Amino acid sequence: MNWFKYSSPQSFFPLAGALVPWFGFAAALLAAAGLYIGFFVAPTDATQGESYRIIFIHVPAAWMSMFIYLVMAFWGAMALAFNTRLSGMMASALAPTGALFTFVALWTGALWGRPTWGTYWVWDARLTSELILLFLYFGFMALHAAIDDPRRADKAAAVLALVGVVNIPIIYFSVKWWNTLHQGASVSLTKAPTMAATMFAGMMIMALAFWMYSIAAALARTRCIILERERSSEWVIEYARNLK
Amino acid sequence: MLTTLRLIIHRDLLLALRRRADIANTLVFFVIVTSLFPFGVGPEANLLRAVGPGVLWVAALLASMLALSRMFAADYADGTLEQLLLAPEPLAVLVAGKIFAHWLVTGLPLVLIAPLLALQFGMPVDAMITLVASLLLGTPALSLIGAIGAALTLGVRGSGVLTALLVLPLYIPVLILGAGAVDAAAAGMDASAHLMLLGALLTFAAAFAPWPVAAALRIAVE
Repeated sequence: MNWFKYSSPQSFFPLAGALVPWFGFAAALLAAAGLYIGFFVAPTDATQGESYRIIFIHVPAAWMSMFIYLVMAFWGAMALAFNTRLSGMMASALAPTGALFTFVALWTGALWGRPTWGTYWVWDARLTSELILLFLYFGFMALHAAIDDPRRADKAAAVLALVGVVNIPIIYFSVKWWNTLHQGASVSLTKAPTMAATMFAGMMIMALAFWMYSIAAALARTRCIILERERSSEWVIEYARNLK
Repeated sequence: MLTTLRLIIHRDLLLALRRRADIANTLVFFVIVTSLFPFGVGPEANLLRAVGPGVLWVAALLASMLALSRMFAADYADGTLEQLLLAPEPLAVLVAGKIFAHWLVTGLPLVLIAPLLALQFGMPVDAMITLVASLLLGTPALSLIGAIGAALTLGVRGSGVLTALLVLPLYIPVLILGAGAVDAAAAGMDASAHLMLLGALLTFAAAFAPWPVAAALRIAVE
């Protein structure tokens, strides 16, 4: 099977259309399971009481905010290296979802900070670098929107995305490098998580749900971008005619 | 390669000297913005001493950001940039020369006038020396990072505000370290850790920033 077949927008369009419902369905199912575990199965935290339950949204959203940026930068690099149209479309389709998760991570963090730290916001290293990440997403989208030629917009935004990648390790390691108010990571690949097993399971299922949602949303958005950019090509006109 | 580098710097400096008003504008902006703060927060000496390092650093950062649009715009408009892209020398080297020349005419004057403004904020002499040192390390880093934004927004409508949107988030680490150094010195502590990190940042930016700038210029011109 030739995977490069799907690097052309025309053949990717139906593939994405077939995949979107599956990923969307998986996201809904996993989110329902994760929220059920989070709200009804996971035990109450010994020190934070019930307020800790926002962790099931906050931590997966923060992971996704960083991960999506890396994926976006990857597609940007692909667009620059191979000059493929679809890579640039994928990068710009991921940006709004990434910005959404960054905002959700900041917002839920503020709501969590109020009962536990006594404040909505502190100028702590991790919070500040996550805020910078949000600005980077905004910068990416603004630059893309300001340039009229879509190919040039793709490439310029890709350069910006690659420059911004410097920020990702800073966010990730900020709680290690600086002694800050934000707690260190409770979950890592190398040692056992420092939390109850059900909490951990709930968080992982929510992370998977967010992952599935991101894929579904990005694919659906890529389809819109393909239609918009290829509107003068034969197959899009044909597609539009068949829709009526 | 070094000859070309020297020629680029010489040319850009010569062009800047023929239009001295541009240099003065950046400087006047710096002075006016810092002078606004005593009107805004009140002339109380202790308060001004406390906010002084931050205000001076933010104003220097904004002033150097405003000057960014001039870095490539004239060359882009009259076609010189295309000639630079065609040159056999590596574009990143030429870009580094342009950035250095730009820093000499916009960044260095800010560093030199900063002690005078620090005096207005009642800054002790130790802190003043640290301020100059931190600006000397920080403003070239600002020019290097800013060049990426300037190159990406070349010829784009509304590029002034867009450059700010792209560049300001990337400026934050420089601001934190620079203002932190002056704060530490003003409190009588050792500022060398901040200055060393700032130096590391400058080295990092000098080594890596010219490449994305070169890539962005090629995208803008093609």
